[in-house]
Amino acid sequence: MSVLVDKTTRLICQGITGSAGAFHCEQMMKYGTNLVGGVTPGKGGQTFNGSVPIFNTVAEAKSATDANATVIFVPPPFAADAICEAVDCGIELIVCITEGIPAADMVNVHAYMEGKGSRMIGPNCPGIITPDGCKIGIMPGHIHKSGNIGVVSRSGTLTYEAVGQLTAIGLGQSTCIGIGGDPIIGTNHTDALKLFNEDPDTHAVIMIGEIGGDAEEKACAWAKENMTKPVVGFIAGATAPPGRRMGHAGAIISGGKGTAEAKFAAMEDAGIHVVRSPADMGRKLQEIMG
Amino acid sequence: MKLHEYQAKELLARYGVAVPAGFAASNIDEAVGAAEKLGGGFWVVKAQVHAGGRGKGRFTEESTPQVIQDVLAGAADVPGKGGVQLCRSIEEVRAAATSMLGNTLVTKQTGQDGVKVNTIYVTGGADIEREFYVAALLDRQTSKVVLMASTEGGTEIEEVAEENPDAIFKVQIDPVTGLGGWQARELAFKLGLEGKSVRKAAKLLKGLYNCYVATDADMLEINPLILTPEGDVVALDAKMSVDSNGAYRQKEIVEMHDASEDDPSEVEAAAFGLNFIKLDGNIGCMVNGAGLAMATMDIIKLYGGDPANFLDVGGGATKEAVTAAFKIISKDENVRAIMVNIFGGIMKCDVIAEGVIAAVKDVGLEMPLIVRLAGTNVDLGKQLLNDSGLAISTADTMADAAKIAVESIA
Repeated sequence: MSVLVDKTTRLICQGITGSAGAFHCEQMMKYGTNLVGGVTPGKGGQTFNGSVPIFNTVAEAKSATDANATVIFVPPPFAADAICEAVDCGIELIVCITEGIPAADMVNVHAYMEGKGSRMIGPNCPGIITPDGCKIGIMPGHIHKSGNIGVVSRSGTLTYEAVGQLTAIGLGQSTCIGIGGDPIIGTNHTDALKLFNEDPDTHAVIMIGEIGGDAEEKACAWAKENMTKPVVGFIAGATAPPGRRMGHAGAIISGGKGTAEAKFAAMEDAGIHVVRSPADMGRKLQEIMG
Repeated sequence: MKLHEYQAKELLARYGVAVPAGFAASNIDEAVGAAEKLGGGFWVVKAQVHAGGRGKGRFTEESTPQVIQDVLAGAADVPGKGGVQLCRSIEEVRAAATSMLGNTLVTKQTGQDGVKVNTIYVTGGADIEREFYVAALLDRQTSKVVLMASTEGGTEIEEVAEENPDAIFKVQIDPVTGLGGWQARELAFKLGLEGKSVRKAAKLLKGLYNCYVATDADMLEINPLILTPEGDVVALDAKMSVDSNGAYRQKEIVEMHDASEDDPSEVEAAAFGLNFIKLDGNIGCMVNGAGLAMATMDIIKLYGGDPANFLDVGGGATKEAVTAAFKIISKDENVRAIMVNIFGGIMKCDVIAEGVIAAVKDVGLEMPLIVRLAGTNVDLGKQLLNDSGLAISTADTMADAAKIAVESIA
């Protein structure tokens, strides 16, 4: 009952010996994620946490562990390279947590990925979690609860906020996907809605967008024609001034485009249940689920 | 990270983009010297500020309040001289420099306060046959760089997109091959250029794209691009901003960037790894995560208040960063209440609570402080706040926190 990841996912971590990588790998293992290996060039042959083998390259890690997912904690100057390495090795799911990758690098990564079999989540994202099964990323596992609500969001802590609201009223989650706050990301709102729509164990979705770009509008256009499950929607940034980047590289209203109002309107047009208050996401979902 | 026109042109010229000769000047003598060095009988003096709309902007020191209001409202015709002045004698150059340097330019984009002009750019005049618009930017939909061109030079592209979208031409660029010669020619022909001007425009467009990529630009706009009577294609103006994620490998550009226009509290916050943007309201906010920080501003507004800032303390903020954040918010004279909204993940609520308590003890607390904690170690965090003996209101939800904050200053 999930999308993309579950108990059977075989995860490796690129950047496992860095401070962020090491800390979060430990947390993921505690949560029960099946971490089968790590990659740090030059540290091949060592082990992480006493049991997880470290490899010099993703290719070695893949052939030794048959990994089908990777989580990347590599610093920004080297992160694009790490993504391409994973793509080249045919890793099916690439979750890139790294914040601060230059957009120019991501243009190249995007072109490199075209026509190849990998899916990327992020970069600049909290990751993806299927409660009680698999946590790939930096989100606090304990706020989640297994259930039937899908959550997709460009933000980290605002996703936790939505999850916290759901769990507090007893509504569990099928899978929560933090797609990331950068202008170029691997999996967008439309992709996530499609996945949730096809997943028999997802019964409803919370979609959280923010100012900047038109990915939410595109997702709404798709949802209007295709989405068979109820969606609750919120857009962050209604009070953001134009022309300023609001923390996320992608969160900017430029040339009058990418406003919260335009996105709220697209949601309403698509039949998405809009909440104007971020405190009402869980309550609204409970209301429509009866 | 925005650059001035003269800096953008210097960079563009390195990539083969034709720009008029010119010199930056920071005092009147330099400006006059620049005009003499350029020679000829016609110069353009341009205020170097990051905001657009300079030509239609006016100087606070030389204008009535009504004129400034008209500028801000985007009026077509306002009396007086602006941030771009055409000069036909050295004396006029001196007068233009005098009217600009040290004065405050208000344009449609600067807001009421305007921007102090520290640098001007003196260039030779150019004869204009026709004006165009070209720009390189990131197309988020395709994740590719696009080159955009329009025959409506001199006009803001958003206006053209609204009124005459057919006048905008675009090509998508494959990062492997870069801008194809055929793509550059296609744009040149669509702009209606002919003969050797097509070749010159293609060279300029290639330079524009190459400069964009090499400098980690996120916006590089030439408006207007002009065709001269001799058939030359020249960048008459340039607007550029650079992706701050690329700053680590763009040391020269980081050094070029004129920080005098940045808000001092934003610069101070950045030094602590905080993402801070000053706004006009009176409820200060301190939040972890950009999305939640925006949502916190939104919910304050929803309950009838006005956020004083955007502040994301980040995922791994320390006690020191929280203290710094608190000080920066408190320094804003408009702030009458502070709302802290933390959803602890990696960041533990008890660490935040300790930071808040330390900051209050350090800075003092002369206004209502409302703290909402959730997530990791929430109970421990609340306990610390309650035991501190400080007059801190706590709330369980962000809605309650916003409501209390707004009511506290009603």
